Amino acid sequence: MNFAKSLRVVLVTGLVQLAGCGDENGDFGRPRENRPQPVELVLLEDGRPDPSVLAAEQVVYRGNGDEPQTLDPHRAEGVPTSHILRDLFEGLTTEAPDGDIIPGAATGWNISRDARTYTFYLRRDLKWSNGDPIKAEDFIYSLRRAADPETASDAAVSLLPILNAREVLAGELPVEDLGISLLDEYTLQITLTGPTPYFLGLLASPVAYPVNRKNVEEFGDQFSRPGKLVSNGAFVLKSWNPRVSIELEKNPLFREVDQVIIERVIYYPIEDLTAEVTMFRSGALDWTAEVPNNQFKWLQHYYPDELVVSPWMGSYFYGFNLLREPFAENPELRQALILAIDRKVITEKVTQFGEKPSFSLVPPGIEGYVPFTPDYAEWTQHQRDEAARRLYEMAGYSAENPLYVEIRYNTSENHKKIALAIASMWKQQLGVIATLVNEEFRVFLQNREQKIITQVFRAGWISDYNDPYSFLEMFRTGHAGNDYGYSNDTFDALLDEVGTERIRARRERLMFEAERELLADFVIIPVYSYVSKRLVDTHLRGWQDNVMDHHLSRYMFKLKSRQAGEQAASSRVDSTSSADVPEAGEAPAEEIPAGEAEVHEGPGAATEVGRKADDEGES
Amino acid sequence: MRQEGIIHHATSRLLGLIPTLLVLITIAFFMIRVAPGGPFDGEKVLPPEIRANLDAKYHLDEPLMQQYFRYLGQIITLDFGPSFQYKDWTVNELIAQGFPVSLTVGGLAMVLAFFVGTAIGIAAALRQNTAADYSIMGIAMLGISIPNFVVAPLLILVLAVYAGWLPAGGWDWSIQRMVLPVITLALPAIAYIARLTRGSMIEVLHSNYIRTARAKGLPGHLVIRRHALKPALLPVISFMGPATAGLITGSVVIERIYSIPGLGSYFVQGALNRDYTLVMGVVIFYGVIIILLNFIVDILYSWMNPRIRFDEVM
Amino acid sequence: MSDSVNTIVDDPFAAAMAEDDVRGRSLWMDAWHRLLKNRAAVISGIIMFVMLLVVLFGPMLSPWEGDFTDWDNTSSPPSLETGHWFGTDAVGRDILVRTLEGGRVSLMVGLVATLVSLVIGVTYGAIAGYYGGFTDRFMMRVVDIIYALPFMFFVILLMVVFGRHIVLIFVAIGAVNWLDMARIVRGQTLGLKNTEYVEAARACGVEHRDIIRRHIIPNLLGVVMVYVTLTIPQVILVESFLSFLGLGVQEPMSSWGALVNDGAQDMESAPWTLIFPAAFLTVTLYCFNYIGDGMRDALDPKDHF
Repeated sequence: MNFAKSLRVVLVTGLVQLAGCGDENGDFGRPRENRPQPVELVLLEDGRPDPSVLAAEQVVYRGNGDEPQTLDPHRAEGVPTSHILRDLFEGLTTEAPDGDIIPGAATGWNISRDARTYTFYLRRDLKWSNGDPIKAEDFIYSLRRAADPETASDAAVSLLPILNAREVLAGELPVEDLGISLLDEYTLQITLTGPTPYFLGLLASPVAYPVNRKNVEEFGDQFSRPGKLVSNGAFVLKSWNPRVSIELEKNPLFREVDQVIIERVIYYPIEDLTAEVTMFRSGALDWTAEVPNNQFKWLQHYYPDELVVSPWMGSYFYGFNLLREPFAENPELRQALILAIDRKVITEKVTQFGEKPSFSLVPPGIEGYVPFTPDYAEWTQHQRDEAARRLYEMAGYSAENPLYVEIRYNTSENHKKIALAIASMWKQQLGVIATLVNEEFRVFLQNREQKIITQVFRAGWISDYNDPYSFLEMFRTGHAGNDYGYSNDTFDALLDEVGTERIRARRERLMFEAERELLADFVIIPVYSYVSKRLVDTHLRGWQDNVMDHHLSRYMFKLKSRQAGEQAASSRVDSTSSADVPEAGEAPAEEIPAGEAEVHEGPGAATEVGRKADDEGES
Repeated sequence: MRQEGIIHHATSRLLGLIPTLLVLITIAFFMIRVAPGGPFDGEKVLPPEIRANLDAKYHLDEPLMQQYFRYLGQIITLDFGPSFQYKDWTVNELIAQGFPVSLTVGGLAMVLAFFVGTAIGIAAALRQNTAADYSIMGIAMLGISIPNFVVAPLLILVLAVYAGWLPAGGWDWSIQRMVLPVITLALPAIAYIARLTRGSMIEVLHSNYIRTARAKGLPGHLVIRRHALKPALLPVISFMGPATAGLITGSVVIERIYSIPGLGSYFVQGALNRDYTLVMGVVIFYGVIIILLNFIVDILYSWMNPRIRFDEVM
Repeated sequence: MSDSVNTIVDDPFAAAMAEDDVRGRSLWMDAWHRLLKNRAAVISGIIMFVMLLVVLFGPMLSPWEGDFTDWDNTSSPPSLETGHWFGTDAVGRDILVRTLEGGRVSLMVGLVATLVSLVIGVTYGAIAGYYGGFTDRFMMRVVDIIYALPFMFFVILLMVVFGRHIVLIFVAIGAVNWLDMARIVRGQTLGLKNTEYVEAARACGVEHRDIIRRHIIPNLLGVVMVYVTLTIPQVILVESFLSFLGLGVQEPMSSWGALVNDGAQDMESAPWTLIFPAAFLTVTLYCFNYIGDGMRDALDPKDHF
């Protein structure tokens, strides 16, 4: 009988020792000394890597989060699927490794003076993966298909800037009335409803990708299967084992095929973040979609070269339901709650990934735009707490009459921890009694939308495109995403003006004002701005940090491993140095100087993949 | 006499399938639609026009009863419809892909559990109330005293990451990738089977006809093999019916932690994603399997125990 | 009459015999004594009793509250200096207090859910077994049908539809677990139905309801008690599975299942978050299993001669 007890003791001691040993000697699995190290990167005159440093096998293994719902670019949604589609297809525009929008299938474009008409000139030698030539009419067909109500595309929101798109989607106008037209065999023209500076970025997203008409008509819903799918990107679909892997191989007919070094890309849909890390550690993956939060310190300690953290176009905040007690008509209370949160503690102790605390709506990093920061962002936390207490009392609450509030969030480790932290801070500073209500994702969304029982809830937004408008527009009166019940005529008017303003600087000024208006009304509780965080094998290069977190495999390549006995390399080469990118006219055979090893810090914050940010049950 | 009994029995059982399935389908159908939220909810809220398009395409805008009868009509042709979540695949395809995986892992786990569990149980029974008995059963009970979502990561950590002997997860039909999931899945079953076997073996060993056999001078191991084993294993056989059904339809925990594309996660994910068709398909599939397995177990049971007739087994 | 009485009083030997007879040993006493001889069960019982005390009163003795976030000491290992004997979790909550409070929840879930399935199962099974015939076949057919439904699926649906109140967890688990109980009880009842005293009672015209209540159910107690003791650990594991899916008890309440689940993810970086709750959970499950097995052995006469 005592066996059971003694067994337990053995187990416990064993585990403790196991853990203890791990700490001293480094990660048991593959301590750094044992992990293969890459050779130094050597670049040629044109900026491309010297073939002598390349590994023999150029295959990338990417962990990719959720299983894609579909590989039809017009019906796909979610970030994981978009990664795969970006490798399979190419739109009129495409993205450089650093996120800049560059010409894709189009060699260039003209924008009219009123910024409402775009004329695109297609390259003339483009081919589909089945050999068919690509012409402007392919893009006409594809855009019409994306806007067609029959296709039932949910990503078609991105097409709304196009003239008549809304009416076409609603079925009020036939698809032929969509504001696009064929000027000649290789030229097409798109007319917009108003100036839309981010339109070129939209064209690089999957909903605007071309699909081969014959392909679709022949196979219907099944056209996106391996063996059938015809695409125009750097890779073609070789195989698709649902929930096991999706394999792509280099498209020999791609327009820049000589510049693509990677031969095959294999995507693994791994839901469990811890399992993904484990697979990375055992060498099965070169690239993870994400990393679990709790392991940051540990990973930073044992995998500093592989851990990559960089700013991401997303904002994590909580929202108030302005239509209900206790927040309706109560700006003092709202402001008190906003102030009483120590964002530094949250980003340093809870999420821990180097997110930047935020007091604004729009995250930093959008070129040309500086988000509005309220004055209390400059205060010390101590000052903020004091101000919060004063406001709390002004709002009529005290120790004898504390605020009872429900904090709502959907099932996820990260959300839970942050909610706990916030509840605890409110309690410690103000005496607020908060109940945490954790709901399953879809239930949560519904409740938020209905605005009947919510009080303060987890919100946040990851942008579709590199423009502040994406963050602002959901706060319009009556917008489908306006779960806050916010309605401010000044704000709406500012946004309307933004929609017609052609001059960039003025446009940004207007958005700045709109953001100020929103923050002064204390609609949201900004917490931090997102960072993307993942593990990347040190052999894999060619990618760069970019704020949209779009990493196309066609720019990547793998270095070969250092042989045993060779001198140890500098710990980590700064991958964002532009020398990695094959660009014409770069400096000749340059070796990246040692000592630029840095873990990329950045503003931003943790967690969930994708703007469809919180799929449930992510423990 | 017995032959007629079997056929008659089999037919009536198989016919009994139909009302069972009908009830199953109806309950599942309405329950999942009662759950708030739908398959097309997302953080990025869709404009109403697009939402309407999606609903129309999947017939979600029809009245509920109409959807129900439409679904029944589809089922009769064994067409479970397209998945709402995995838009490129039909439910039939998804089940066809997931089931062989779950069957393999679950089936192997069951086989392993049977042999190891019965061996342990018999060994313990033969040494009843000794230290060996306690130790053996003590270890066996670990299987039901530590949750599998602890055992799995532990095994991965030790055997895959630290030692590097086995892969950390994933699936490609290779033996290596089956080892850890099968073992993890088998552990609780081993515990139950060991316990059952031990208990029933003890009972059998103390029964009269065993004593008679022993008194007659039959050597120990022959006593066990010829006379004690079959009756001792009866309760185990009964247990294995529903247990196997559960195992081969996949375990969510195992599938998630080892990244295995089996049916188990379809249950949970389907419900959470409100993927109505997938959920229904999997639920029905599970129901059929359980009924079939129960049936097989009954046959096995009565074959092994000649004293029981078919109708008494019920 | 007076003659026999006198006889007994007068004859000391007869008196002694009579005394023994009167005091006698009921079946229950026999079983109880057998149970006490089972060392595993006894030790488990003691451990469980201590566990219960610790779990109920322990948190009151600790300087930390379960929801207090000690920001200076997040994810810190066990140490006497920080005052966190079991260490802290990622948001700085004391693991010792959390484990004990989690124990309250887990044990409560185990007991209440089992109670729910007990009440439903016993009633259902007794009625089916007692009335027999068509009623029995119909009721068992219903059980068969329900058996074919994927249990977890329905628990999940119930949690999703009705939210995650702790009461709902009891009900959901209990409502799905009663099937085995019903089957066992029905089997036993079928056997008891044909005993003599039941026949006698019926002959006397006692109502069916009363027969069930007064004769059948008390005789089922043995089997039921064993089953209850063995169901409790199962239920606790089911709750921990729900926690794995994110559908278990709501924060800031916790259960061993939820704690173990959180800990399993930090196994390498913060093993104390796993080890302590897991140890408590495992010990408890072991104990219940040993007690249940012990009770079963004790009540089963075939085991002993």
